[in-house]
Amino acid sequence: MLVYIIRRLMQAVLVMVVMSALVFAGIYLIGDPVAMMISPDASDVERDAVRAALGLDQPMWRQYLVFVNAAVHGDFGKSFLAGQPAMGLIFERLPATLELAFASLVISLALGLPMGVYAGLRPKSIGAKTIMTGSILGFSLPNFWVGLMLIMTFAVLLPDLLPWWPRLPASGRGATVDLLGLKLSLFTADGWRHLLLPAITLSLYKGALIVRLARATAREVLPMDYVKFARAKGLSESRIVGVHVLKNIMIPIATVSGLEFGQTVAFAVVTETVFSWPGVGKLLIDSILLLDRPVVVAYLVVIVFFFVALNLAVDLLYSVLDPRVRLESRAS
Amino acid sequence: MTDAALEPALPPPPQTPFRRVISDFCESKLALFGLFLVAIALFIALFAPLISPQNPFDIAGLDLLDAKSPPGSVSGDGKMTYWLGTDGQARDMMSAIFYGMRISLFVGFTSVVAALIIGIVVGLVAAYAGGRIDALLMRIVDIMLSFPAILVALILLSLLGKGIDKVLVALILVQWAYFGRAARSAALVERNKEYVEAAACLALPAYRIVFRHILPNCLPSLIVIATITLARAIALEATLSFLGVGVPVTQPSLGMLISNGFEFLMSGSYWISFFPGIALAIAIVGINLAGDHLRDVLNPRNLR
Amino acid sequence: MRATLSVKNLRTHFFTKEGVAKAVDGVDFDVAPGEILGLVGESGSGKTVTGFSILGLIDPPGRIVEGSSIRLNGEELTTAKAERLRSIRGAEIAMIFQDPMMTLNPVLRVDTQMIETVQAHLEVSRADALARSRAALVQVGIASPDERLRAYPHQFSGGMRQRVAIAIALLHRPKLIVADEPTTALDVTIQGQILFEAQRLCRESGTAMIWVTHDLAVVAGLADRIAVMYAGRIVEMGRTADVIERPMHPYTKGLIGSVPSQNTRGHRLAQIPGMTPSLLKLPAGCTFKARCPIAIGTCATMPALEEHRPGHWARCWRVAT
Repeated sequence: MLVYIIRRLMQAVLVMVVMSALVFAGIYLIGDPVAMMISPDASDVERDAVRAALGLDQPMWRQYLVFVNAAVHGDFGKSFLAGQPAMGLIFERLPATLELAFASLVISLALGLPMGVYAGLRPKSIGAKTIMTGSILGFSLPNFWVGLMLIMTFAVLLPDLLPWWPRLPASGRGATVDLLGLKLSLFTADGWRHLLLPAITLSLYKGALIVRLARATAREVLPMDYVKFARAKGLSESRIVGVHVLKNIMIPIATVSGLEFGQTVAFAVVTETVFSWPGVGKLLIDSILLLDRPVVVAYLVVIVFFFVALNLAVDLLYSVLDPRVRLESRAS
Repeated sequence: MTDAALEPALPPPPQTPFRRVISDFCESKLALFGLFLVAIALFIALFAPLISPQNPFDIAGLDLLDAKSPPGSVSGDGKMTYWLGTDGQARDMMSAIFYGMRISLFVGFTSVVAALIIGIVVGLVAAYAGGRIDALLMRIVDIMLSFPAILVALILLSLLGKGIDKVLVALILVQWAYFGRAARSAALVERNKEYVEAAACLALPAYRIVFRHILPNCLPSLIVIATITLARAIALEATLSFLGVGVPVTQPSLGMLISNGFEFLMSGSYWISFFPGIALAIAIVGINLAGDHLRDVLNPRNLR
Repeated sequence: MRATLSVKNLRTHFFTKEGVAKAVDGVDFDVAPGEILGLVGESGSGKTVTGFSILGLIDPPGRIVEGSSIRLNGEELTTAKAERLRSIRGAEIAMIFQDPMMTLNPVLRVDTQMIETVQAHLEVSRADALARSRAALVQVGIASPDERLRAYPHQFSGGMRQRVAIAIALLHRPKLIVADEPTTALDVTIQGQILFEAQRLCRESGTAMIWVTHDLAVVAGLADRIAVMYAGRIVEMGRTADVIERPMHPYTKGLIGSVPSQNTRGHRLAQIPGMTPSLLKLPAGCTFKARCPIAIGTCATMPALEEHRPGHWARCWRVAT
């Protein structure tokens, strides 16, 4: 088991190195960050001075080596624009993104799971058909479109038409509370007001997937012999669904949720832009548009690491939920 | 003279698989509705220049005083009605949407077709060659698939810059892996079937076996994937354009139109984003509704 | 003495797109307390569906058709409310399935699955339920029950799993146990043990049992009475000795003749030609007619189940008394 973890981590490091090299080379080849930072009237002398100060006058391979050397020590360079260490910027904004992703995960599970199970239990009912059609819409409509519609409805139209309807904020993050050195807005009411629309937007895609998966698995599980046997034992329907069926459904749901979490963080880029949510996603977009290379590279490194860790966590979670897997690995 | 009523009725001609697919498909009203939406979108895209009241790219024809007019208002010179309003540059929204639909569908469709071709070639080669080539190709496919499409596209476009051709490249790169994987799976299933052995016994050259025999049998599942991927491609392009890294301002797709209108959302001119949004939804939802049912109908188990 | 189970004119039909499959089409039998009835037939004969019908576990598109009666100690089950049926299942009627790997939920522990059975019918604490489960495991001859309770089903052998299933069936000392081919998936030695245990339990506690099987040899040594089913109907029923030694129906004779034994060594095994008819397209008249070596003209009409000898019934026109 330990060997497996170590091997995975080493693979991750390899991927990170390759990725960073690729991006480094790519961004180097196009665009001149210096042009972005100083006024167009600056003389060549001034331009060269800035370039030298940032180490941009060195040949590419040397710049890359400098970068790697610093990276190993945890220093990913300073953001060209903000002057702050790039990694520091990322970590500053990370809690906001994680908060958003987490809230959307909770929403997608809390709504998606019951709806999917219901659709599996009564597949021919009108409710089930509505849910399934809704799920198609859920994963096909683009993220930003949904965000836009939600803003229009809940932040503009409804409050305009119905004076008593609370106006939900369309941008920004709410008041934060310090917890273990992290600023989290999950624990304030104002935080939730700001979190609600973006979290719902982000949860739609995954929620739709969960609904479909829960329904498919429920339909697979219900005709199984052990469900019939549970009925033959005289168990109540709620126990059968709530324990026997659900425990079997949780395995694929947990796997998919875990793997999709990475996608969620990626899609957060869009949601954060729509709602001006101060997370790493928005930071990435801004950095890309402004050619702030250190930040982009730092972001990628964090993301790759995050993905690898996530995959590993999902594998471990799977073995916890499915005792057949756990015991086999112990035997081998 | 024979009495028609006395003649035994001939049994109805057996349904060809194609006909059965069509009739199964038509059983779902929802799928037909989806198809109807797709037809509308296609019609708009194909005939945009003919049905647009205005050419939104012709700056000379715009009257800035008409900018941000609400839907239904009439132009300053009384010549045309802005059914869907105008945007910040006084462009007629309806015309802009028609042209935008054209670009959105074009980019989506082209990228899917290209990715399909590349994916099919890669997948079939991998399946038929087997061994190390297969392992290598699938490794590449796996790596591509493990990254979220949007991030890859973002990074790529930040490297390549703006332009429709660059967007196409990014979309193709992000999508071919799906088709590669699907084509390989389908080909592997077919490869083990007897007709391939029979063709090999006839000493047909490999490429002929692959393309004339195996490929047609892989098509149903590939068609389904292509349909769903098309919707995703359109959505992805719209997202990228919305973020500002997609199509250039001179050739606005629906995503870019939505992005343009975003700043006006809170100040009341909602229609600049709203109507392009509806148009986009029509295209995407239509494709998905039809494609979802198509998938059920083309399920290999049902075809046999 | 009143019969524990009394089934009259049971008809369970499946209403599918292709037509109506009459899985069970007019079945009558009684089971007395402490008695073991062997329900024998090939696949497609309707024996499993009969078992499920008794427990009310027929899923759509199947259902028990009007006119059927199933009485447990006098109480009519076909018209009972869902909640009443639920409380009967597992407590007054218990069922043992064929494949214990599929009947125990693989992701739940054995004690969980036993405790929930206890608590579904009795208001007891978890500790009490656990004690009861433990006692049931001991009763079926499982050594080190505490270890077994904490384990998962896939960690057991087939025979052990089936013993657990039997233990679960016994938790509430039911009046009737329906066992659906419980030893088919096990090897012969284990089979023998389980048969012995089952017989002992019925004698000791007065539990009635219906043992559904396709294997005549199994019930020959176990059951008090045998009912032979074919295409949804009972074609012969009587005391075990009578049915085995003096069978009346040609199908029963065919079944007995096709079982290899000392007497048949060296001879070609007798076979019943043909196949069971599809339940969707049952032939008119006697359903066995097409495969019967002694079919005659009158077989174009379905014979009724008649008591040709005392306590020994058969559905055939050509029974020689």
